Order: sequence, then C-alpha cells, then structure tokens
Amino acid sequence: MIPGPFGYHRPETVADAVKLLASLGDEARPLAGGHSLIPMMKLRLATPGHLVDLHRIPNLKGIRNDGGKVTIGAMTTQHELLASDVVAKALPILMEAALLIADPQVRYRGTIGGNVANGDPGNDMPAMMMTLGASYVLEGSAGARTVAATDFYQGAYFTALDPGEILTEISIPTPATGHGYAYEKLKRKVGDYATAAAAVVLTMTGGKVATCSIGLTNLSETPLLATDAAKAVIGTSLDDGSLKAAAAAAEQIMSPAADARGPVEYRKHVGGIMVMRALKRAAQRAV
Amino acid sequence: MNDMAPTREQREAKLEGMGCKRKRVEDARFTQGKGNYVDDLKLPGMLHGDFVRSPYAHARVKSINTEAALKVPGVLAVITAETLKTVNLAWMPTLAGDVQMVLADGKVLFQNQEVAFVVATDRYAADDGINAVDVEYEALPVVIDPFHAMDADAPVLREDIAGKMTGAHGPRKHANHIFEWSVGDKDLTDVAFRKADVSIKEMLSYQRVHPCPLETCQCVASFDKVSGDLTIWGTFQAPHVIRTVVALIASLPEQKIHVISPDVGGGFGNKVGAYPGYICAAVASIVTGKPVKWVEDRIENLTSTSFARDYHMTTEIAATKEGKVTGLRVHVLADHGAFDACADPSKWPAGFFNIVTGSYDFPTAHVCVDGIYSNKAPGGVAYRCSFRVTEASYCIERGMDILAQKLGMDPAELRLKNFIRPEQFPYQSALGWEYDSGDYATAMKKMMESVQYAELRKEQAIKREAFKLGETREVMGIGVSFFTEIVGAGPSKNCDILGIAMFDSCEIRLHPTGAGIARVGTKSTGQGHETTWAQIIATEIGIPADRIMVEEGNTDTAPYGLGTYGSRSTPVAGAAIATAARKIKAKAQMIAAYRLEVHEDDLEWDIDGFRVKGLPEKTMSMKDICWAAYNSVPPGMEPGLEAVSYYDPPNMTYPFGAYICVMDIDVDTGVYKVRRFYALDDCGTRINPMIIEGQVHGGLTEAFAIAMGQEIRYDETGNVVTGSFMDFFMPTAVETPHWETDFTVTPSPHHPIGAKGVGESPNVGGVPAFSNAVNDAFAFLGSTHIQMPHDYWRNWQAAKTLGVV
Repeated sequence: MIPGPFGYHRPETVADAVKLLASLGDEARPLAGGHSLIPMMKLRLATPGHLVDLHRIPNLKGIRNDGGKVTIGAMTTQHELLASDVVAKALPILMEAALLIADPQVRYRGTIGGNVANGDPGNDMPAMMMTLGASYVLEGSAGARTVAATDFYQGAYFTALDPGEILTEISIPTPATGHGYAYEKLKRKVGDYATAAAAVVLTMTGGKVATCSIGLTNLSETPLLATDAAKAVIGTSLDDGSLKAAAAAAEQIMSPAADARGPVEYRKHVGGIMVMRALKRAAQRAV
Repeated sequence: MNDMAPTREQREAKLEGMGCKRKRVEDARFTQGKGNYVDDLKLPGMLHGDFVRSPYAHARVKSINTEAALKVPGVLAVITAETLKTVNLAWMPTLAGDVQMVLADGKVLFQNQEVAFVVATDRYAADDGINAVDVEYEALPVVIDPFHAMDADAPVLREDIAGKMTGAHGPRKHANHIFEWSVGDKDLTDVAFRKADVSIKEMLSYQRVHPCPLETCQCVASFDKVSGDLTIWGTFQAPHVIRTVVALIASLPEQKIHVISPDVGGGFGNKVGAYPGYICAAVASIVTGKPVKWVEDRIENLTSTSFARDYHMTTEIAATKEGKVTGLRVHVLADHGAFDACADPSKWPAGFFNIVTGSYDFPTAHVCVDGIYSNKAPGGVAYRCSFRVTEASYCIERGMDILAQKLGMDPAELRLKNFIRPEQFPYQSALGWEYDSGDYATAMKKMMESVQYAELRKEQAIKREAFKLGETREVMGIGVSFFTEIVGAGPSKNCDILGIAMFDSCEIRLHPTGAGIARVGTKSTGQGHETTWAQIIATEIGIPADRIMVEEGNTDTAPYGLGTYGSRSTPVAGAAIATAARKIKAKAQMIAAYRLEVHEDDLEWDIDGFRVKGLPEKTMSMKDICWAAYNSVPPGMEPGLEAVSYYDPPNMTYPFGAYICVMDIDVDTGVYKVRRFYALDDCGTRINPMIIEGQVHGGLTEAFAIAMGQEIRYDETGNVVTGSFMDFFMPTAVETPHWETDFTVTPSPHHPIGAKGVGESPNVGGVPAFSNAVNDAFAFLGSTHIQMPHDYWRNWQAAKTLGVV
C-alpha cells in the first residue's frame, strides 16, 4: 500500500493544467479528490509519473443557477453540494444521492467532477447526470467542448475524455417545478458501492406519469439510462402492473458482475426492486 | 479543625474499587492521539522491511532474482529462505506443534505467503524493491474445499512432512491430514442415538473469518552488536511467550532478549502467535546492525495473518419426544490452512471444543475433530474466544434450535427443560469439564421477562399469518442463545504453551506515601487493565485506584505471564493480583498490630485500613501503614511493602449468558433490520460495570459482523476475494444495532474475587443469537438451516429457495 515515485504539479489555472497535461503526456493524470486514484496508486495498479492537482484552480469551484440550468464546477465537493441552497431548491435529488455517497470525511474531499469523470460504474453521480440530462464541459489543448452525459460513458473507466482533457464543468437543466424524484440505493454498508441503485425524475399530470427518466448505477460496465423502463410507466398511474413492467424492462439492460454483493441474478433482481421503489417514492413527491 | 471525618460511603467512593464505574485511565492518552503504538516508534538509523508475497495459492518457486531490487536506491538487503537457512530460521515452530515457513522454501502454499523480505532506508524504497524482485513460479493444483482435502487424488501440500504419518497430535490419515482428536464415549453415545425418540442431524458451517484488529501486526527489532542484546517492540498479546520462543529458536540467551508490547490497538487473538515479519525483522537487524521496522498493511493482515473459525460441524442431537436431550454427537472438519498455526494450549489441537455440550445436561456425548491442510492462510486462532468455544457455542445453540423446531417446541422452553440445574454444580460434563457454577434458569427467565418473550412470539405468529396472506413482505425472526463459556486458561494440570504452564502473575510494590505500582504478566490490547487492575487492588488493600500505576508488556520489568487472550486476564491474572494484594495485606496487618500495640487477631479490616475490634476509633490506615513499612516495622521484619504472586488456577471459570435478537427481513431484497438485541451476561463478580458494558458492546458488534456478513472467501484457484474492508464486512456505527445489556451475578466459587471474565462472551453468545434469528425467521416456510454469513443476497437466496420470491 505504498505508491511508487511520481512528480507533483499544482497549477492555478485551467489553461496551465491543460498545458501541463499536454506536455507531460500519457504519464500524467489530473488529481481531484483522489478517492479512486490514490488507492489505485497505493496498490500500484495505477503508476502515473505525474499528478496534476486541480485543487488550486479557483474557477473549477462553485454552484450557480443560470436560469433554466444549474452549473457546477468540477472541483465542487460532495459536501459543498449538500450545503448548497441552489442544489436544495433546484436539484433535491442530488442532495439525496450525495448523502448516500460514503461518509462525511469522504464527502469533504470527494468532488463531483472526479465522481463523474472517472468512469467508475460504482459511482453514484454518473447515472444521476444521465437521468437529469446533464452535459459536461471538457477542456483540452484543442479548446473546450460539451458532451452529453449520455454520450460520455463508453466502458468501465472508459469515457469520452481525450488524453490531456479535463472535465471542468457540469451543466444540468433545471427539472420542472413540482417534479418528483428519488434515488434508491441498496448497499451493504456505509462507504460501499451500490449493490444496485436507481434514480428517477418524473412529472405527474392528473395522477398519471407525464414524463419520466430512470438511471441505473453499478448494474453494468457503465451507468445506464433505462429508457424502455421509463416508457413503460408513461401514462400510467404506477399500478403494480406498470411498475413490474418497468422493473422488467430495466432488468433487460442490466449486466452486473457477480461479486461479494451477490450473484448476477440477485443484483438484477434488486435492481428491478430499486426501480419500482424509486418510481413509487418519486410519484409521492411529485406535485 | 472543623472538618468532618469522611463517612464510610465517602471512604469507599474514594477508593474507586471493584463495582465502581471508574473512567478508563488509559483513555486520556488514547482520545488525544497520545497513545504510543509500535508504528509511533522511530529509532535513529531505523530501516524498514516489507514482503514480496506470492500471487499463487500453490506453486513451486523456481527462482528468486534479487539483482534488480538490490540496485533500487535505498534498498540494502533482500532476505530469502536461502539467507534464513544460514541461521537455521527458514522454518519456525508453531504453537500447535507444526512448523511453518518463514519465507517460501521451494514452494508457496497460500496466496500472499511471504516469499522475500526487502530491507530499505524507508517504506517507499522497500516497496520499490519489492516490485523489482523477480520470482519465477510454476503453478500447482490447489486444495480449497476442505471436504476434498483428503481425496485420494488431492495434491500433496506439505511435502516437508509427506512421509511422516504421525503428527504432533497422533496419527495422520492422509498427506493433507493434520490430526484426529476425539473425546467422549462413542459407544454410549451411539446407544443414546439408537434409543432416541427424536434426533436431528445438520452440517453447521462456521465460516472462515478474521479478527482484524484496528492496528495490524507490526514490530521493530533492534540488535545491539556490542552487547548482543535483541530488543523487539511488537504488537504482542503475550510478550513473555514471544521472548521464550525467540530464545528457543534463535539460540540467544533469554536475558539478552527484551520484548516490549507498547500500546496495542486490539488483538482478538490475531496477535498471539509468531509471524514471519517478526523473525525477518530480527534477522535483518542482526544482519544490518540497525533497527528494522515491519508494519503490515490491511490487505496483508486480512490475507496472511491468523484467521479464525473455518469449522464445519456435523451436529447430531438425540432426545426424548418430551424434549429431554439424551446424546450429542459432533464431527468437525477443521480447515487450518497451509500450516497448523492454531494458538491453543499445546495439548488441545481443537482447543476447548469439548465445551460443546453447552449449558445442557447431556448424559453422554462424543466429539471428533479432523484437522486438514489447505491452500489458505495458516491460523485457526481464538478470535475473541477461549479456543474454539465460539465454534462450540454456535454448534450447540443452532443444534438446540433445530431440535426445538423438529419437536415443535419453543426454543426457550427446550433450553429451560435441559439446563444444568443450580444444585448440580460443580457439574461434570459428559466431555470432561467441571463447570464451577451457574444459575442458568434464573438468567434465562430474566431475559424472557425483560423482552416480553411471550408477546414477541405472539407478534411473530400474527406477522407470519400476514405474510402468508401477502399483506407483508417481511418475515420476523427471534433468535435465542444461551451460552456457557469456558475461560481462564488455565490450570497447569491441563494447560500449557510449549511446556510453560498457563499461570499468570502480579507484582505489587507500595511506596511510602500510600501509592504503588502493579506489574502484571498480561497485556491489555484495549481491555482497560490499567483501570481495572488498580480497582482490584483498591478494594483489596484500601489504596485508592488512582494511586496505583499499572504496568504491563515489558518482559524486563513485568513478572512472567502468559498474556491476554481467551478471556484469561481476569480469571488468572486478576486472581494473581488479588493474591499478591492479600500477601501485602497480611504484612500490613502485622505492621498495624505492632504500631497499635495489639495482637494481629484483634484487628479487623475496614475499607481502607485496620481497626481494633471493639474499639472503632483505634485505627491505622493503609496510607499510614505504607509509611510505617519504610521506617518502623516490627523487630525482625524486613522493611518495605511488596509482594509477588504466580497464580495457577485450580479450574477454569464458566461465564454464561442469555441473549436474544429480534429481526425483520425483507424477503424481496434480503435486507434485515435488527429491531432489538438484548444481552444478559453473568461474569461473576463485576469489577467495572462500565468496562463490562463496553466489552459487551464491542463483542456484540463483532458477532453481528460475523453472523451477518463476514467471511474470508477464496475462489476456486485460491485467490482471496475478500482482502480489504471493501468486501470483508466491517460494520460502521450506522449498521451496528442498538445494544441492551443486563446481568446476573453468580460468583466463581474458586476465584479469589469470584470473577469469571467477560471479554469474549458477547462474541461467543452473539453469533448464534443472530444466526438463530435469521433461521427462525425462515423456519415457518420449511427451512431447517441456512449457513452463515446471513448477508443480504444470501437471505434473498434463502427466500427464493423456499419459494417466496
């Protein structure tokens, strides 16, 4: 549990960080909260020659409501999300999810940018971002570009980030007033990744689901947007039959690994349960 | 002088003696980060050692190339088995009569086995060196499932003893067999089963777990080339035993070996035995002439140092149709891993597993244990347990529930029907123990009344109906456990470690101003000895506890003791402390008689000093006696006031308790909620109720972790798949249930202060309570036994197997 040697850099602007990553090449990795990278380095599963620490870049922090969308700097910590009035008012589901991430110590250090950019299927925020229709700003030596969260994840730890690019900002369209939301996460203990988790954002009209979006965490190599499952409940009052249809549709796209959290069959089964429970709870909250 | 003389109550209170909820004196430093642990030790010129470990569970080591590692900046030496052979230390003896490789000698037998020891100027350089050592392996077939260890075509693991068909504990049946240990009357037991109205048979597995103390195993070894002294600071639960082991295997004179256990962050049995790290650090210090530190990381601790349990117990109980037990038969398949490194008293290859008749009056019983080798880490230590008592307790307590289910009886009622009755003590068990004391029915009934047991069963019946009707998806389980422990190893007639009787010791020295120091042969790893030992002395000799300094862990100053494990500290060392105190008190009485000018027999003890019988105003306090001991002792008496006691206990002590767990399980996800957990403990005389409560909380939390999620699991090729706290279930405060504690007091008749020990009871009694609750929850659906650990997915799987999901 002792990392190998590495160089350490602490730029003060995004431009400098991008320059450093470009000049240091493949050997360099940006460092955000470090909750994934540092343990990997201690196990020597990751052996970057250089770390480019992003903590000294003030522009990467902050949460603002730009009217119609909420913009969050990549280095904003999970704790700062929880303390934000903007998030509490516009994106209560983010509060719910952030509270389910590990423990306060981890949340003081862990960043939303690191959480979504790492491509770890166990992280909670990626599926959340897909559910909310978020997009990411990626900056590299070729300039900045915007990629939708739904297009970002390609495989476990594989993302649309090009070498040398940094995810700098997350932009989330503000959900409709009166929307219902829920994040249901089954985990073995505090600090564990989800055995299965489902995020739901929906609106109700006349007791029936008008719009719905469902995301799934840790049930595949990448976070999943369960589009068919969401379709299955549109226009329904979330009766048992449509809940079961949504769970079945969601299970169709799950391909979790068997691990100490349980065999594949179990993880898919509880994935379906999480979808049903999140739908029910979200509907109760919808106005 | 208007001061009122203190009342008796005030004098008692000032002592903070036995029965007082005295705050732990050691916590002042622990809670402020001022503890002094091994890794806090930094000596001038100190080097750091770390291991190259095997990625294979079973492989031949074809070659070890250290050339590149020796070129890494900061790396000074790479020690291999070849190096160790030059000092005859490539192998070391285990406490169980086996031998164990210190570093891989020709082959490796478990994943993460120690292969080479890299010594460097700092930990970073040591790890760089590890990565530069090139080891060539040739993978071999593995033995992982203990039930196939003795197959005719099973690969031979221990080539070093392949032809040796007699081991330390008798004949071996197979190259991978370690021992067969049987006790009890087989024929009589067979007869009991033939005549039984009812019998049950079930294979009960107690999975492999790990004690995982917060602080891992570590040491600093420092060899002085000029004086020839070797000093080892280490995380040792039994420092004197380590000193003797080092003297025996390293051929160093024992007075030149200094073993020091500083503050130790939890032991739980993990820190009793000797590990390759200790030997390698000592050899490295001798080779380099510098102090060498070795500190394990969490993965190394979980995967290579001593595990616990891994007992697979085929359990049979015979009974009458009225529910009176008539016989017990148990066969155990015990997986010991690659080397038999159990830390049991030497003559007990399966520890005190023969306490398996539990709290019940079995007329006859027979137990047979087969120990086997496998490609797993060595060990089999007593994890918060008095040598396989946890396994025995799980075996009988699950067995009794299964019998109750078969008889259609309430499990509490079945237990009440079969308890050893108070008038039967001292009680000779069918498997050879003499239980010293107990009042089981009183404890059981108190538990049942406290939790309103009958009401709980009624609620359960209603919930079961509701479940059948589809009105709820939750099942409710009530887990009863009534355990009897056997602790305080132990009497020299049946307990020794490497030939040293398992006594313990205390030396008390009182100073002229009414204060003193007590040195004890045990070693607290969190139990609070600095607090409680002083309380015993305070009550015995009337010196306030806060005037007594307690010191343990330094073999140069502490009297020889066998250390702390197996809940032996209070039963054995606690008795030595009281005995030493009483020797002091006897001398104090002579001094007081001389000073008060009366005969000794005319004096009586009164809280904190002596008074003349019939003349209560004529007194001499212990404080004044201390002063007198240094200036005016009776003619012919030596000055000073000190005593030493080495206590060889006449018997074990037998703490017991009644536990109950109430749990609800969601069958759709397998998620459980522990609604209530009540633990009644009878540990005899209670020295510090607050510390007892803390001990019970800690042990119950471990029991919860074991029953509900922990396991050291291997895949079919022998890779450990639970090598970190990500997958080895270590509950946090969030997952841990609320604990309710209670007690009865049945003092031990043979212990000087009547104390029995409590540290391990909650682990021993807690595991069956949890497991019985889960099994009870599913019993009405037709299940007889579900194996531990009862984690979410397994609960769901159970529900699925029973057809309710």
